[in-house]
Amino acid sequence: MPMPQPDVIVVGGGLHGCSAALHLSMRGVKVLVLEKDHIGRHASGVNAGGVRQLGRHVAEVPLTVASMALWHGIRDLVDDDCGFESHGQVKVAENEAELASCQARADQLRALGFTHEEVVDQAELRRLVPAIAEHCVGALMSRRDGAAIPYRTTFAFKRKAESLGARFLEGVTVGRIVRNGKAWTVETADGARHSAPVLVNCAGAWADRIAAQMGEPVPLEVIAPMLMITARMPPFIKPVVGAAGRTLSFKQFPNGTVLIGGGLLGRAYRDENWTDLDFANVTTNARTVWDLFPIMRGATIVRSWAGIEARMPDEIPVIGPSSTEEGVFHAFGFSAHGFQLGPIVGRITADLITKGGTDLPIDPFRIQRFRQTAAAA
Amino acid sequence: MTDLKNRYDLAVIGAGPAGLAAATLAAKRGVSTVLLDEQAAPGGQIYRAVTQTPVRNPSVLGTDYWHGADLVGPFRDSGAEYLPSSTVWSVSRSLEIGLSREGAARILPARHIILATGALERPFPIPGWTLPGVMGAGAAQILLKTSGLVASGNVVLAGTGPLLWLLAWQYLRAGARIDTILDTTPRENWRQAMPHMTTFLRSGYIGKGLKLLLEVRRKVKVIDNVTSLRAEGDGRVQSVLFRRGDGAEQRIPADTLLLHQGVIPNINLANATGCAQAWDETQRCWVPTVDAWGATSVEGVSIAGDGAGIGGALAAEHRGRLAALDALHRLGRMDRAQRDREAAPHREALEKAERGRVFLDTLYRPGKDFRVPQDDTIVCRCEEVTAGQVRDAVKLGVSGPNQTKSFLRCGMGPCQGRLCGPTVVEVIADARGVSPAEVGYYRLRPPVKPITLAELASLPKREDEIAAVAPH
Amino acid sequence: MFQRLPNASGERVSFTIDGRPAEALAGDSVAAALIANGVQTCRSTPVSGAPRAPYCMMGVCFDCLVTIDAVGNQQGCQVRVRPGMRVETQNGKREIER
Repeated sequence: MPMPQPDVIVVGGGLHGCSAALHLSMRGVKVLVLEKDHIGRHASGVNAGGVRQLGRHVAEVPLTVASMALWHGIRDLVDDDCGFESHGQVKVAENEAELASCQARADQLRALGFTHEEVVDQAELRRLVPAIAEHCVGALMSRRDGAAIPYRTTFAFKRKAESLGARFLEGVTVGRIVRNGKAWTVETADGARHSAPVLVNCAGAWADRIAAQMGEPVPLEVIAPMLMITARMPPFIKPVVGAAGRTLSFKQFPNGTVLIGGGLLGRAYRDENWTDLDFANVTTNARTVWDLFPIMRGATIVRSWAGIEARMPDEIPVIGPSSTEEGVFHAFGFSAHGFQLGPIVGRITADLITKGGTDLPIDPFRIQRFRQTAAAA
Repeated sequence: MTDLKNRYDLAVIGAGPAGLAAATLAAKRGVSTVLLDEQAAPGGQIYRAVTQTPVRNPSVLGTDYWHGADLVGPFRDSGAEYLPSSTVWSVSRSLEIGLSREGAARILPARHIILATGALERPFPIPGWTLPGVMGAGAAQILLKTSGLVASGNVVLAGTGPLLWLLAWQYLRAGARIDTILDTTPRENWRQAMPHMTTFLRSGYIGKGLKLLLEVRRKVKVIDNVTSLRAEGDGRVQSVLFRRGDGAEQRIPADTLLLHQGVIPNINLANATGCAQAWDETQRCWVPTVDAWGATSVEGVSIAGDGAGIGGALAAEHRGRLAALDALHRLGRMDRAQRDREAAPHREALEKAERGRVFLDTLYRPGKDFRVPQDDTIVCRCEEVTAGQVRDAVKLGVSGPNQTKSFLRCGMGPCQGRLCGPTVVEVIADARGVSPAEVGYYRLRPPVKPITLAELASLPKREDEIAAVAPH
Repeated sequence: MFQRLPNASGERVSFTIDGRPAEALAGDSVAAALIANGVQTCRSTPVSGAPRAPYCMMGVCFDCLVTIDAVGNQQGCQVRVRPGMRVETQNGKREIER
């Protein structure tokens, strides 16, 4: 017996797709999610799990703050604590110049009405992160930040959405999308066709293909951010630590393993679901860890990996309605920092679909910004 | 390591029979060849310590073992470079090998790579298998070969497969005592193996194998048709609870319990390199997909020996030579016709060495209850995840090993799924009512062996990475 | 419980186990040397504190992890015992204090 036509088809079963499905389902909207592999297979399931407000692009700040409120009540939202632990995030300054720029940043945010980032001095930094190297002079800190378990989070959003009536089809690759009067018909690689009046593009590193079909191509770059994890170590840090002057982040899980990563890249082959690790790049990470945390010299790396992610040239996502077609909405291009935004962006997408607008400022994320750039070029 | 070449024509990984034979053949033809191995001395596992065993009486370990020495001499004379005590943690699709040696790491490029990393014992998950004093029969064999150590006190062997009987025979030859052998070979396997009996009777196994089996059965108490096992004890194994057929449970004391139910290919390096693999229903394990020369789905990477499908030590040797001939061809040192001509005697020897395998594989296929254990059995030793937890996750919709890994941490420990992968796949397949082929396997990534931060930090720098790391 | 075969001979190696003097044969791995010296448990698991000892002896099970010359998490079966080596078993659960 055929399933009733959904109200919304979401392309992509990562965190953003599952979050959109959840928020829509909470409002009684019938959702069908089409995922080409399995839920949380790519960036959503394999990222560093940072639940971070700290250091975001100014345009993201209102969204990140709203999302953090959801994170602190995540169990109520998805019936699972998602492994969320909040001990703060710090961005360490290794010299006075870096500390000054941390202060400038805190001041800038305060001027905009946001107080979640503050500067801590060397004594406070030592108290928070006793294992930090001696030369570090202070840090920028966001106390309510933390980390969660990415796959578990994505899966929890999916399960909750499903319990509220959302349908998820896995192993189903979206091909051609055709307008049929007021509805969209999505053809999938298994020969099936699915129709709905509204389409949401949460296709991650493949989202440019959906956008192109809508006549609004975007300069999406496919990247493979690399991470590595150690064997268990004696506990020595609670906040998630980054460095102001280097690309680095790391966190120690309750089980003692330490996850190391931060902006260093392997190579992605998105049509093969494959990434190559570049160990010269991993070496770079290793030395940075050394310099900041001497205790890590005894650490053993037991695993390394790289997910397939989308990066936009201005390093902020595409969120909002299509610029060319009615009934199409985008949420992609999170440029290796979309995890924490997952809860709120799904809500924004649901707002746009059910209310025609949202209270959060999403203009900086409009897809038209690339057309303007292209026109200016 | 500064005296190493910048790039070898051929890198062979693993100094067991396949690796030794492959490296010997290639080096003798003038191809610059390096043999990398984790152990300090050649021989792999089957010929472990063959150049240095303290067990010098040849009748203890047996003539098959000592054949390994015949491979080492020619290897040493071949001109191949030999790097023992070197751990390979990565092979990239661009044929760069990441290895560590003496606390330092190095990337070693090659023009062709032969993986000869062999096999490991199939996991044997029974309740209590993580107790100290429970180990693999292969482990006991290694202790015998490398150190002349034998189990003492109440010694119980349990399981199925040729290695179990070989170890028992070696123990008897060494004067060690075995209390009981609990044979878990399923009764119905005999019926299924019968059609392959005639080939088996023509094989090399029948003479020695039968003699060995009969001698052990004459001297050791053997209990057949064991259908369940549990290791019990406080802090270490003290007794074994078992059941014969549908019979009542029996308990016997044990200070050491040696488990074995066959060997399976060690696929971690091949998998992490991106080599395609497939589920083999007869051997009931995952096997990298290779052609008749051992070539994998990754250009420039071949696999020889048990790592491409269990065939035993002699078959491994012949496969090693075939892989080397193919490498010579791919490196442009030999045209196809010559390669095929030279391969003929090795193919013939291989066919002879593999004769009878199907019979053994069928007869000794482990019973379902020892592949798909009960809920309270630990399946992931590293993270202490039970079969029941995996089943519960499947009920929630977590449908494959990569997902159960992310969900339960099952497979996230240092062994990288070597001891849990096969079991997790079978538990999921059984719970979902599908074949293991459909369930799939872990997606493994380098480093396939742990590497310290000190080693990683010591990798030689490149210009671009100096720029990337400097504080900005 | 394991015993050395009477005619298994070789050079003796002196080392320490948790500070206590011990002896092994040249060619023994650290794991084999621990077994030869009657050490029943070489570590307890970080997850539950359960006792573990070597299982595979070939470097795939990672149950033989010990600290060697102050470097932790080393596979005892992959390292040859050397004179003067300081081997420490890795007992005790590790958990972040809250």
